[in-house]
Amino acid sequence: MSQLSGLYAIWLREVKVFFREYSRLVGSVLTPLLWLVVVGKGIGASIVDDESFGGVGYDTFIFPGILCMTVLFQSVFYGLYIVWDRKIDFLKEVLAAPLNRSTIFLGKVLGGVTDSMVQVTIIVILGYFIFPEATYTIHSLAVVYLFMFLLAVTMTSIGLIIGSRMESPEGFSLVVSLVVFPMYFLSGALFLKKNLVNEAPYLYWATVANPVSYAVDAIRYTLLPVEAFNEFGLALDLAVLGGFCLALLGVGTLAFRTMRL
Amino acid sequence: MGAIETHGLTKRFGELVAVDNLDLDVAEGEIFGLLGPNGAGKTTTISMLATLLGLDGGSASVAGFDVVQQPSKVREQMGIVFQDPSSDDILTGHENLYLHGLMYGVPRAVIPGRIEEALELVQLKGREHDLVRTYSGGMRRRLELARGLLHHPRILFLDEPTLGLDPQTRQRIWTHIESIVAERKVTIILTTHYMEEADRLCDRLAIIDFGRIVALDSPTALKAVVGGDTVQLEVADAAASVAALEVLECVSRSEVRDGRLDVAVQNVAQNLPAIFAAAGDIASFSVRNTTLDDVFLHYTGHDIRNEGAEGVAKHMHRVRSVNR
Repeated sequence: MSQLSGLYAIWLREVKVFFREYSRLVGSVLTPLLWLVVVGKGIGASIVDDESFGGVGYDTFIFPGILCMTVLFQSVFYGLYIVWDRKIDFLKEVLAAPLNRSTIFLGKVLGGVTDSMVQVTIIVILGYFIFPEATYTIHSLAVVYLFMFLLAVTMTSIGLIIGSRMESPEGFSLVVSLVVFPMYFLSGALFLKKNLVNEAPYLYWATVANPVSYAVDAIRYTLLPVEAFNEFGLALDLAVLGGFCLALLGVGTLAFRTMRL
Repeated sequence: MGAIETHGLTKRFGELVAVDNLDLDVAEGEIFGLLGPNGAGKTTTISMLATLLGLDGGSASVAGFDVVQQPSKVREQMGIVFQDPSSDDILTGHENLYLHGLMYGVPRAVIPGRIEEALELVQLKGREHDLVRTYSGGMRRRLELARGLLHHPRILFLDEPTLGLDPQTRQRIWTHIESIVAERKVTIILTTHYMEEADRLCDRLAIIDFGRIVALDSPTALKAVVGGDTVQLEVADAAASVAALEVLECVSRSEVRDGRLDVAVQNVAQNLPAIFAAAGDIASFSVRNTTLDDVFLHYTGHDIRNEGAEGVAKHMHRVRSVNR
């Protein structure tokens, strides 16, 4: 019981801090909008063949990818806050409490996932008005949120694992950039993965190994049900992303158990 | 069974022995002090007792629970106020206390009452809904004191509770600590390198230097060992004076310190003429009560504030860098 209220306490703290610093919220909405409007429209305007991206505009095509990008960046960079907690010594207060390390880790993950979900929801709502081709139904939103949730848990775990080993915010940002940009660009958020099979097979296999690819695949096919976008299939998407999610929760618990003050 | 017991408690950082075979036995309801210069191993000792740092040797029990075998039991029984501020400054004082209550499993219905009580004790009522970043250093320390008590711990660790605070704030914190002890049965372990603090608050205290206990007793008893009062003399030939003074019955200790002579004397009023006679030419003199400073000097051979002694500085630097 006390573990449960401890879990709630850790989550509650993250949420309170998040809503208190709304500059974070504004900043996190701006970048995806730039991608959608400037990159989406800009590149879209140069594409002559209408069928290149399944018959939809390029900005519409990347919209699901940008949702994943929002979750991906937000979630991984959330790990920075554990580095800050250590710096301001708040981590000591938490580690001295009679809580399991797994409880602390899970509370942090849930806090980060909540942050990501709130931010991506703003983009989801804006998308409803910007992209009329996208399918917005109860069913499609449920699937989209399931995959965004799994992606957020996976990526928050990665961020916290890195954060648990980092002493300085600068070091954290550096390491995370090395992880997060390849994961983003190799997710197929901006292109169709299967076109790579002949062009650059090694890149294709890199996208297959990337957990973010499966979220992009599932969310794109759900929001834009064009057969060309169904690259892996929802069942495989769920299995692979779910597997990554569980594995990283496990690794994260271990990382927190062995984390030093 | 004591509130805290350690046997041969040891911690090493590489080849540096930060805590060296420490035996402590702290009784229930006692205020027990660990007094020593920076780097003596006080914080390391507290961290081990609070289950935040593993042991390299020996054993320790807190509130009857072994710190290695039952760390979560220990944590449920203890509160801790860290040397550095550890509250979240984006949250209000009230929120910090509330979250602490949840983390320590205080039932949610009970928490508001506990917060009131704790705020009352440290006199922070009226400011509890302000962000902690608007608090002064002293207010923040008081908040953390309140937080450490919120879950009614049996044992409270205070790591340098008044470090870096101005004298008035320090006095206030001392008053709060005294009222904590008066109002409820709690055992307090505090570390300090302030002599006045140890003298005023502690029932018993261990003087620690280089990770070892060099003396352990009540402040009064420790001062009695050194002698009643200290006569400070400025003399022409210090070495000769020391020799002449040490044979006197009433002199328990005489040392040269910064070119002056410190002489611990029983019954100063009666024995002052004998001291003057033995000391030879006197340029100036003063008489003061023996303080724990004198005690510390007596046991360790160096001044607690004078960290210029090279060995001490070096030791301190290494301990500091590993404690970070």
